[in-house]
Amino acid sequence: MIPAGFEYHRPGDIASAIGILQEHGDEARVIAGGHSLIPMMKLRMAEMGHLVDLQAIDELKGVKIGSDTVSLGAMVTQHEMITHDGLASAIPLIREAALQIADPQVRYMGTVGGNVANGDPGNDMPGLMQCLNATFELSGPDGNRSVAARDFYEAAYFTAREDEEILTRISIPVPAAGVGQAYEKQKRKIGDYATAAAAVMFGQGTASVAMTNLADTPIWSADASTALAGGDVEGCVAAMLDAIDPVADNRGPVEFKKHVAAVMLRRAIDRAQSRAG
Amino acid sequence: MNDQTLTPEERAANLKGMGCARKRVEDVRFTQGKGNYVDDIKLDGMLFGDFVRSPYAHARVVSVNKEAALAVPGVVAVLTAEDLAPLGLHWMPTLAGDKQMVLADGKVLFQGQEVAYVVAEDRYIAADAVELVEVEYEELPVITDPFEALKSDVVLREDLEGQTEGAHGPRKHHNHIFTWEQGDKDATEAVLAEADVVAEEMVYYHRTHPCPLETCGCVASMDKVTGKLTLYGTFQAPHAIRTVVSLISGLAEHNIRVISPDIGGGFGNKVGAYAGYVCSVVASIVTGKPVKWVEDRMENLMSTAFARDYWMQGKIAATKDGKITGLWCHTTADHGGFDACADPTKFPAGFMNICTGSYDIPTAYLAVDGVYTNKAPGGVAYRCSFRVTEAAYFIERMIEVLAIKLNMDAAELRRINFIKADQFPYQSALGWEYDSGDYHTAWDKALKAVDYDGLRAEQAQRVEDFKAGKTRKLLGIGLTHFTEIVGAGPVKNCDILGLGMFDSCEIRIHPTGSAIARLGTISQGQGHATTFAQIIASEIGLPADDITLEEGDTDTAPYGLGTYGSRSTPVAGAATAMAARKIRAKAQMIAAYLLEVHDDDVEWDVDRFAVKGAPERFKTMKEIAFAAYNQAIPGLEPGLEAVSYYDPPNMTYPFGAYICVMEIDVDTGEWEVRKFYALDDCGTRINPMIIDGQVHGGVTEALAIAMGQEIAYDEMGNVKTGTLMDFFLPTAWETPNYITDYTVTPSPHHPIGAKGVGESPNVGGVPCFSNAVHDAFRPFGLVQSHMPHDHWRIWKIANGLGMHG
Ligand SMILES: Cc1cc2nc3c(=O)[nH]c(=O)nc-3n(C[C@H](O)[C@H](O)[C@H](O)COP(=O)(O)OP(=O)(O)OC[C@H]3O[C@@H](n4cnc5c(N)ncnc54)[C@H](O)[C@@H]3O)c2cc1C
Repeated sequence: MIPAGFEYHRPGDIASAIGILQEHGDEARVIAGGHSLIPMMKLRMAEMGHLVDLQAIDELKGVKIGSDTVSLGAMVTQHEMITHDGLASAIPLIREAALQIADPQVRYMGTVGGNVANGDPGNDMPGLMQCLNATFELSGPDGNRSVAARDFYEAAYFTAREDEEILTRISIPVPAAGVGQAYEKQKRKIGDYATAAAAVMFGQGTASVAMTNLADTPIWSADASTALAGGDVEGCVAAMLDAIDPVADNRGPVEFKKHVAAVMLRRAIDRAQSRAG
Repeated sequence: MNDQTLTPEERAANLKGMGCARKRVEDVRFTQGKGNYVDDIKLDGMLFGDFVRSPYAHARVVSVNKEAALAVPGVVAVLTAEDLAPLGLHWMPTLAGDKQMVLADGKVLFQGQEVAYVVAEDRYIAADAVELVEVEYEELPVITDPFEALKSDVVLREDLEGQTEGAHGPRKHHNHIFTWEQGDKDATEAVLAEADVVAEEMVYYHRTHPCPLETCGCVASMDKVTGKLTLYGTFQAPHAIRTVVSLISGLAEHNIRVISPDIGGGFGNKVGAYAGYVCSVVASIVTGKPVKWVEDRMENLMSTAFARDYWMQGKIAATKDGKITGLWCHTTADHGGFDACADPTKFPAGFMNICTGSYDIPTAYLAVDGVYTNKAPGGVAYRCSFRVTEAAYFIERMIEVLAIKLNMDAAELRRINFIKADQFPYQSALGWEYDSGDYHTAWDKALKAVDYDGLRAEQAQRVEDFKAGKTRKLLGIGLTHFTEIVGAGPVKNCDILGLGMFDSCEIRIHPTGSAIARLGTISQGQGHATTFAQIIASEIGLPADDITLEEGDTDTAPYGLGTYGSRSTPVAGAATAMAARKIRAKAQMIAAYLLEVHDDDVEWDVDRFAVKGAPERFKTMKEIAFAAYNQAIPGLEPGLEAVSYYDPPNMTYPFGAYICVMEIDVDTGEWEVRKFYALDDCGTRINPMIIDGQVHGGVTEALAIAMGQEIAYDEMGNVKTGTLMDFFLPTAWETPNYITDYTVTPSPHHPIGAKGVGESPNVGGVPCFSNAVHDAFRPFGLVQSHMPHDHWRIWKIANGLGMHG
């Protein structure tokens, strides 16, 4: 559990960080909270010559609550997402999901940007952001662009982000009043990734449904969402079960995961419904 | 002075002796970050070792190329089996009479096996160089199933080919290690044939790992000037390690000093010897510099001693009203690539023959077959006496299986079969003499404490509600009554590598009436410095707070076999009391001299000797201690110290009654422990707070094992659970609240009547949790299902019983 050697960089702004990434190409990697990257480095599954620490870049920090949009800086920690009262009242689903990530020690360090940029199907924030229909803002050598969370994930650890791009902020539309929200996650223990997790928004004739760790990307299902919007819970569950593609691992075999996926989804729907106005 | 105003009770309380919930003296340093663990040891010029390990479970090692590694600046050496062979150190003896490769000698037998040892000037360089050692492997067929191993043509241990005799008798197959038989086979089979009822089941106790928070490690420091080797390490048996190092290295034993500093948990994992120790010693001898080796978590889980992995086929016979008439067990024991079990030499399956448990079973038979597979070696007593948790799990499952067959309440079935209080000392059918017990009293107290009848009524209602579709949660009531066998042990039948399993204590009283005691054991969290001082305090009347305890330095401590198998209190605790009594005997002579009366005219009174019939004439132990150093007493040597080597006449047999109430979600397999009640009888109780702490820790480890913890392999022999993400260690979140309780049935042969307790909660806890899971599904037809009961396996039970519609 000893990482290979690397150069450490600590730029003060986004432009310098991109400059370092450009200079070193795929030899370089940004580090945010380090709680996905450092374990990989210690296992020597990730080795890079240059580590670009984003901690000193103020532009990447802070939570901004607007009337119809919430903007999270990439470096907002999971702990901040739990303790920020304005955020909790604007989009309660975020706190509910963040509380299900790992344990307090990880959450003090881990960031929302790292969690969504990582591309690990086990991460909870990607599915959550797809449910919320968030947009990721990226800055790179060619300027800025936005990618919808629902279009961002290509395969495990492969995303729409280019190597020399930095994810700077996440914009999330504030759900309409009366839309119920719920996050349900089954895990084996504290500090574990999901066996299955469901993010649900439901109410006012709309619905959005996404699930985590049941395929090599998070799964947001348009069919499942449409069915639920029309009040068809069974149709929603069936569509979601169709969309997911879990693999067997230490958490259990495929049939079990599918069964639990349906249970989590139903429970999230029930809870979202009970909270809908 | 002379505190004549205090009552004897007040004086006794001031000693903080036996029975006092004295706070742990160790915690002052542990809670302030002042512990001193192996990895805290930093010596001048210290080098660092790291292993190249096999990615394959079974492969031939074709070649090892060190060149690229040696070219890295700061790399001092790369050792392979070839380098160790001239010293005869490429293999080492195991505690089980087998031998084990130190570094791969032509082949590897498990994933993570040590292939080469890199020594470098710093820890990071060593890790980098490990990556650069090029090893060419040729993969061989992998066997991870012990039953398949016994049928397979694949020879795992080519070094043993043709050897039909092993350390424990004949070998039946090239992958077979031993057969160990106890009891009367023919008589047992006759009982089974004639019985009203026979229940038969395969009870598998899966492979797991002790996983102490501190992994294994050492610092070897050879002083070329003095010729002395100092070896610091995470050793549960420092003296035995010294002897082993001397025997295998050829260094004279007096030139070896082994020091176990603070140890961050052992649980059996740190009893044996590992390749890291041998390689570090060799590297230090060769380089003349201290060499540190500390393994990481994955190395610890993959390559150091595992626990359990017993396939126990059982048959239990009874009359139709539930009186057990016979027990039969055949165990297939997966020992991995080498037989490195840490058991007393004559017990290749440990004390598995305690598997008649708490029950009066007149006829029994046990056979254990040890088998080689492509898994890591070990088979240690993970928080239990040797294979006792396997035995307890076996019998406590078989009782439940029999209860189902008889359609009887499992609590009642236990009650009618318990050994009765007046049957002790009790000779078991498999050869043990249980020292003392009162199982019925403990059982009734436990059932009453949890309102057992009320729980059963609630459960019946729950079953109705479930069937009516009103709930998706089941209620399980897990019962266990266990009997441990601890305190190995009598030298007549217990030894490790020929070293008798006695233990020792030396006490020195200082002139001012404080003291230091040294023992042959070594605490790894048990709190010896707290409790052994309490024994001495009660025995010789000096306050526990004035007594220092020291263990783990072989240059200063008397020889002993170390701490595991709950042996410290039964053996070293007895030695402590006996050494203290020698001191008291001499103190009596000093007191009589000072009081100018005959030795027999003084009597002991808490912390002093007083003249019989004249209690106002006395000498306190403090006064006596001073006199021992400043008076010329005719016929007595100056000073006040004693040493005792204690060879116990028998084991001690702690027991307990545990009850778990568990809620189970049939849709997700999630569980919640609603109540856990643990009644322990460990004889005389030295420190109730420490006992509670031991029970809390042990039950928590039991929870882990029963409900998720395992070392699992895929068919290629890859370890699937090599990190704490997948290897379940409960946190505060998963740990339920425990209710502890006790009865006291002293051991008749132990000087203070104490038995061990540290491992009881694991022995009792595992079957209790497992029985709760089984019990929840019993009304729906479940008989037997294997641990660990993690979510998907519980779900699978429900699924198999058609509970998902
Ligand atoms: C024991 C443990 C349990 C965990 N359990 C969970 C869990 O249950 N659920 C869960 O969701 N997560 C879990 N995690 C992961 C944790 O939430 C991480 O913190 C998170 O995945 C990554 O965030 P980070 O800030 O630590 O990113 P880092 O580890 O620093 O980076 C992760 C990856 O993202 C890239 N990256 C980071 N920031 C940016 C950026 N702004 N722009 C572009 N690329 C970027 C990095 O280059 C790296 O490749 C767990 C982690 C641990 C150690």
